[in-house]
Amino acid sequence: MLQDQDRIFTNLYGLHDPFLKGARARGDWDGTKGLLERGRDAIIDEMKKSGLRGRGGAGFPTGLKWSFMPKQADRPCYLVVNADESEPGTCKDRDILRHDPHKLVEGCLVAGFAMGACAAYIYVRGEFYNEAMALQHAIDEAYAAGLIGKNACGSGYDYDVFVHRGAGAYICGEETALIESLEGKKGMPRMKPPFPAGVGLYGCPSTVNNVESIAVAPTILRRGAAWFSSIGRQNNTGPKVFCISGHVNKPCNVEEELGIPLKELIEKHAGGVRGGWDNLLAVIPGGSSVPLIPKSICDEVLMDFDSLRAVRSGLGTAAVIVMDKSTDLIKAIARLSKFYMHESCGQCTPCREGTGWMWRVMTRMVEGRAEPAEIDTLEQVTRQVEGHTICALGDAAAWPIQGLIRHFRPMMEERIAAYRGRTGTPPMPIAAE
Amino acid sequence: MAGSPDSHGNAGFEQPASFVLDSESEAEIAKLVAKYPPGRQASAVIPSLYVVQRQMKRQTGSAWVPVKAMDAVAHRLGMAPIRVYEVATFYFMFNTNPIGTYHLQVCTTTPCWLRGSDEVTKTCRELTGIKGWGETSEDGMFTMTEVECLGACVNAPILQVDDDFFEDMDAAKVKTLIEALRRGERPKVGSMAGRQGSAPDGGPTTLTTLSFAPEA
Ligand SMILES: Cc1cc2nc3c(=O)[nH]c(=O)nc-3n(C[C@H](O)[C@H](O)[C@H](O)COP(=O)(O)O)c2cc1C
Ligand code: SF4
Ligand code: FES
Repeated sequence: MLQDQDRIFTNLYGLHDPFLKGARARGDWDGTKGLLERGRDAIIDEMKKSGLRGRGGAGFPTGLKWSFMPKQADRPCYLVVNADESEPGTCKDRDILRHDPHKLVEGCLVAGFAMGACAAYIYVRGEFYNEAMALQHAIDEAYAAGLIGKNACGSGYDYDVFVHRGAGAYICGEETALIESLEGKKGMPRMKPPFPAGVGLYGCPSTVNNVESIAVAPTILRRGAAWFSSIGRQNNTGPKVFCISGHVNKPCNVEEELGIPLKELIEKHAGGVRGGWDNLLAVIPGGSSVPLIPKSICDEVLMDFDSLRAVRSGLGTAAVIVMDKSTDLIKAIARLSKFYMHESCGQCTPCREGTGWMWRVMTRMVEGRAEPAEIDTLEQVTRQVEGHTICALGDAAAWPIQGLIRHFRPMMEERIAAYRGRTGTPPMPIAAE
Repeated sequence: MAGSPDSHGNAGFEQPASFVLDSESEAEIAKLVAKYPPGRQASAVIPSLYVVQRQMKRQTGSAWVPVKAMDAVAHRLGMAPIRVYEVATFYFMFNTNPIGTYHLQVCTTTPCWLRGSDEVTKTCRELTGIKGWGETSEDGMFTMTEVECLGACVNAPILQVDDDFFEDMDAAKVKTLIEALRRGERPKVGSMAGRQGSAPDGGPTTLTTLSFAPEA
């Protein structure tokens, strides 16, 4: 278990002053000028050595991502921070924005410096109004203290940090949709390539990173890559903020070591599963987009990128959604299908049509008003959406249903049989909607 | 008005005949535009739509964005009006119809549903007389909207009122909240169960052994 002295977000719960005085007392902005004096390459190298993988869902190595930015550019370069946090189950960046905003602002400076950016835009989801205000206050303080702006921290480097509020669209969390939105357009993902490091915000080289990825950077540089990589497991290093929601006795956010057993995470910090561990039905371990895992897997699985991938799920955003035996699991997944239908931006046919189709069929599956063979049809449709769209929202809509069918097919069949028994309905035309 | 957001025949309310940015809005938009590089003022469109939505709230008591306000934003930012209409209708947080004094936004996505968002919805309906999503109570006090995950799931279920999150809700807390709003009061934002942020109920299991240098 992670020790308190190895926790990065020491004001996760807002027990202390979130602003400059309090932040400094907790070690933020300590020797930042010295960090910058190490130079761009040394900073990126240290980040690579730490093994930090992006905290926004995909787990891409952060240092490597920064190294894709041009060493010499004839145009301005930008850091874009993804604070759109809208993946169901996920609420960790919110705590950083409101309770530890200086970690993010300082992170923007060191990350932006390392990639040769002239400014950071922090895209905060529109609903986080109070959080955006707290962040803006921290930024104002940092300007007033000379930590950012002209000659930031006395380094000779000029650097701006701006807050930009979104307005309620999950798709804007996808990095290229976010850039479109920041440019003042509808949040519609772009085709890749070109990647943002070549053509990003305003056509300039840009890097999009999650709030948590950026906010941990100053601590990694101060304490060293060796410290960070000594926590967690190989290729899955560092502490990580987990969000534990649903049917636990004490839902909470907590910073723990990557690779902590799921059971330990839930029992130690979230007061255990409601009704006891044996009352567990299934867990969605990484935000709504990843396939659920049944209790038998939850018993042993470790919470990190590679361990969860090995059981055909994913760490995603490390948002653990717990469902006990009272849950109508088909309904829980059907509600996610509705979410993806609502949030599809509509520019690719498989996603626009597929998300609506999947939701309608899932709605009938909740009642059991379906043919057993339609379970296969549903599964096939998810395969036709997955991997055939511009962005990963199509995959995200497909995976929860695939997880349900993979692990709980008998439950779906029973539901259909029960409906048949209750209503005596003759078989229906297959997959008619 | 072909192509404008009200051309779908939304009946039952009137678009104002004109909209002029007031001095407060003008000042706010000027500050917003300054955040973006020269020539990139279109980036300020979302924040500017918030500005006009707030101006409507000041002037009429209802936070919404009429077509004339979109036109004013387009004019101010040098954008084609259609580009602003597209943005105003793509993003969920702009109300293109008038709404009540208080905007009750119930999160019903799975993590909130697992912890009782159905009860929150039901209680809001009982107390306001509102029957369906998007409707406004007869007294004009409340509009109810179903929203997707608000990013506060460990404090589920969430009822967002205007810009504020009220967390750890149940039927009794919804009643307390709505009665307070009717009296013109606003309870403390955050957990209505008295929880400290996202810490587990009863107090944190971590961060208990740290002490920081006195805040000089
Ligand atoms: C539909 C969709 C929504 C996303 N939402 C978010 C989000 O809210 N926050 C986030 O950091 N990343 C989100 N991502 C991932 C981003 O595209 C991107 O990978 C991430 O911000 C990169 O940051 P990282 O490398 O620091 O993890 C989303 C991706 C998709 C496809
Ligand atoms: S996959 Fe869906 S959300 Fe993504 S670009 Fe295509 S239509 Fe839009
Ligand atoms: S599901 Fe309601 S806040 Fe996340």
